[in-house]
Amino acid sequence: MNEIAEELAKKQKQISIAEFFEKNRQVLGFDNPAKSLLTVVKEAVDNSLDACEEADILPDIFVRIIRLGKDIFRVIVEDNGPGVVKSQIPNIFARLLYGSRFHSIRQSRGQQGIGISAAVLYSQLSTGKPATIISRTSPEKKASYFKLQINVKSNEPEIVEEKEIEWDRPRGTRIELDIVGSYWKGRKQSVFEYLRSTSVVNPHARITFADPEGELYEFRRVSEQLPPKAVEVKPHPHGIEVGEIIKMVRFTTAKNLTEFLVNEFVRVGKKTAKEICKTAGVDPSIIPGDITRYQAQKLVEAFKKVPLLPPPTDCLSPIGEELIKKGILKEYDVEFLTTISRKPKVYSGNPFLVEVGLGYGGSLHRDEKSILLRFANRVPLLYQQSGCAITKAVESINWRSYGIQQSQGELPVGPLVILVHVASTNVPFTSESKEAVANVEDIVGEIRLALQDAGRQLRDYLSRKKKLEKRREKEEIIAKILPLIVKKVSEILEREEPDISRVIARIMGKVYIGKRVEDMDGEKRVVISIENFSNSIKDFALYDISEGNVSGGDKISEIDGLKTVSWRVSLKPGEMVDLTYITDSPREDPPVVEGLSTELVEGARTLTVGSDEEVDEEYDGEG
Amino acid sequence: MMERDRFSLKKLLGVVESLYDQIRKGEIPSLDIATRTKKNIEFREESRVWVYGSKTSSRTAKTVKGAYQLLKTTYVIDFLKYQLQEGKSSTLRELYYISENWGIAKFNEQPESDRLIEDLEILTDLQREHFHIRPEEDGASVIGPLRIREATRRGLKEIHCQDDVGEGGYQIPTNVDNIEFVDHDAKFVIAIETGGMRDRLVENGFDEDYNAIIVHLKGQPARSTRRLLKRLNEELNLPVVVFTDGDPWSYRIFASVAYGSIKSAHLSEYLATPSAQFVGIRPSDIVNYDLPSDKLTDQDIRALNSILDDPRFDSEFWKNEVSLQLELRKKSEQQSLAKYGLEFVTSTYLPEKLTEMGII
Repeated sequence: MNEIAEELAKKQKQISIAEFFEKNRQVLGFDNPAKSLLTVVKEAVDNSLDACEEADILPDIFVRIIRLGKDIFRVIVEDNGPGVVKSQIPNIFARLLYGSRFHSIRQSRGQQGIGISAAVLYSQLSTGKPATIISRTSPEKKASYFKLQINVKSNEPEIVEEKEIEWDRPRGTRIELDIVGSYWKGRKQSVFEYLRSTSVVNPHARITFADPEGELYEFRRVSEQLPPKAVEVKPHPHGIEVGEIIKMVRFTTAKNLTEFLVNEFVRVGKKTAKEICKTAGVDPSIIPGDITRYQAQKLVEAFKKVPLLPPPTDCLSPIGEELIKKGILKEYDVEFLTTISRKPKVYSGNPFLVEVGLGYGGSLHRDEKSILLRFANRVPLLYQQSGCAITKAVESINWRSYGIQQSQGELPVGPLVILVHVASTNVPFTSESKEAVANVEDIVGEIRLALQDAGRQLRDYLSRKKKLEKRREKEEIIAKILPLIVKKVSEILEREEPDISRVIARIMGKVYIGKRVEDMDGEKRVVISIENFSNSIKDFALYDISEGNVSGGDKISEIDGLKTVSWRVSLKPGEMVDLTYITDSPREDPPVVEGLSTELVEGARTLTVGSDEEVDEEYDGEG
Repeated sequence: MMERDRFSLKKLLGVVESLYDQIRKGEIPSLDIATRTKKNIEFREESRVWVYGSKTSSRTAKTVKGAYQLLKTTYVIDFLKYQLQEGKSSTLRELYYISENWGIAKFNEQPESDRLIEDLEILTDLQREHFHIRPEEDGASVIGPLRIREATRRGLKEIHCQDDVGEGGYQIPTNVDNIEFVDHDAKFVIAIETGGMRDRLVENGFDEDYNAIIVHLKGQPARSTRRLLKRLNEELNLPVVVFTDGDPWSYRIFASVAYGSIKSAHLSEYLATPSAQFVGIRPSDIVNYDLPSDKLTDQDIRALNSILDDPRFDSEFWKNEVSLQLELRKKSEQQSLAKYGLEFVTSTYLPEKLTEMGII
């Protein structure tokens, strides 16, 4: 903004603002009809959101686009904000750069574009129609109605019509602009996509959109909580340039250089100020207004040499993980979602922080490039995706290591939505049009760290999902398909259905236990075959019950005439063993396993070890 | 039940039996079937055709996909058992619709059931006709100095393929082994890809002038057409030449006639005619005869490159012709010969080629 302001101030004497506008169309976001329409909507909506937030009002914004001719549209944006007092309306809407902050440092949407008055100017230059403004500050007062235009020579507002009217809103502002534009419905850089993206990072706002076909869309409010207000802070010496010092000294009330440094900058005390002056070789008692460009240069150099605390970071207003989650979920149907909020960091004296949201699956497209949502200070960036450091950071991540397809150096392919928000008191953009974040190493590094963190969580989710999927498939085989195969096969061959427990144990990776009885010269021999189909060593106890004379096993115990034969078994993966004992009268009951859970055993009952509660009861009994 | 059907049933039940035994032994049921890709075909010296190599793929109940394949296999065999016992028959398409009643064993699309029948052919070393399964594809037509005897529903019929047929020719029945060759005056057999060119040869009286049996391939030829060509070649000792468009898809048509197709390499010895020769259109014809041509598409180029590493085409002749075509980036149709008039193909092109090849 400062650059434009300076340029404007310089040139205002020689050229009209109309000429200035023509020369700077790209910078202002009015390159072509489609983009112009979007920029107009964007300026008005940003204005409304900022106004509501400053007044602690949950925003309720209505956007309507009416087609008046082939390429002429009326844009209407209405909010429930605090309204603008009557006397200020002409200046705010019909004077370029009115009230722009010169050196207040905080994170605000207003960093983007040049403001609502540029939209008014564009409307006036493209269709010749004045802007219509309605604003009301209180239910007790009537609404002010203005038709305004800008005097392109003097940059002064011109009131075409002014009156007081009844209005159905108790409070709020409505702006109506007729412009030359071009409306695209499905395109990525459309009004719809801009509003949708805006609502993702402003889940506390309700945005209603009526498109030129009369179709009504509502972007719901999913949070009743206003984002914390950004605090204004003074600039940190590390983020300052010579031009800015020269501008600051003109406005300061400080009587000398030391006082100027202490009053106008953060992290500068008297001692530090003196050290800076000494390092710079500038007299600390000099009147700030007398500082030369050369001296300012020396000061900037000294700022870099003198040790300073990093700037405070509480002036940033992150969206917060909770609201990012809500925002993504309300617009995208995903099955997995994670958010990462990095701690504030500093690049060249400017505090910044990075937030990332990563959603996967659901109804997102499987074979397309993932959706990348870029935001700077809560404003969606729709243009220049390929030139943006956010995109570069996403592309530089090796997504394949997180289980996502990707061609080297491109956006990952798959059902992914990636949200990246960079918040800063001074977001570095690639150009004045503020559509792409510049390639600042510290910022890219932070984005990468956040993405990697989110990627690791996604990988864990995907591998869990795969495991479950495998298990589910196996269950489908044994529960649904295999029994039918066995039935059909036996039916065709007209034979008895074979027992499939060993096949099941093999497929599911369980411990198989099969019991059979063999005749041995009048005696019976019980053979219990055990096979470990799992991937780990299995230790457990095995019991089988019999009657009469019994011999064999590790141990035999007797209760009420029933003999329990028991073994300790330990089997490595793939190992098998046959356990036998001799008895007069074997029983048909399956053996019992102790020490393995039910789902790990096929062909035997399992006995769970007595729980703590039961043990307690036993003690009670003995006591 | 006829002896032949009893034998087929026994073979099919053998497949089911192996599954039953695996389950009884506590093994995960599976079937190994020859892999049907061009990586797994090899030349058999004795019969000079391409057959499946030793690579096999498993249909195993370890995976959901494999389990479903096995389940469907058992349902199909159950149906074939019924069909053989009752003396019924059905088409591949009917089989697909019959599976509608099989619950989760039902086929999702017809290629799936077609493939399964091929699986069973490989597993049993039989042909689908032995299971009483008929193809949908209609056999192509024959015209030429040949007398055949066909077993029809109305008894034996003798047909002369010039005198007793109209311009459409004699329609080959799906089961070619039901016809008998009585006598002939033919010197050679010419198999033609497109209907337009077949009609051109018939209209110009090529069959009469050169004692040729003209067989229409109708694109990628049906099994019955290939079986007929093989029988004409083997039983009557007639040379077979193949005349197609000059593009990679047509070369594949020639390959399936001469060497056997990749999809049914298990039947190569029954269907392929290894001595069949390729007349054209050859890429070199495009240059030599200055034929009108189209540009190769990306798909054509991919197909040509794939021919270069297809073992069936591993000969000097094909390497040279295919490389030339990749250089020319052009392809020509059979009918582009019409550039020189309607008579050109029968008066000049074919006589020149066939003389060169030693056929006439």
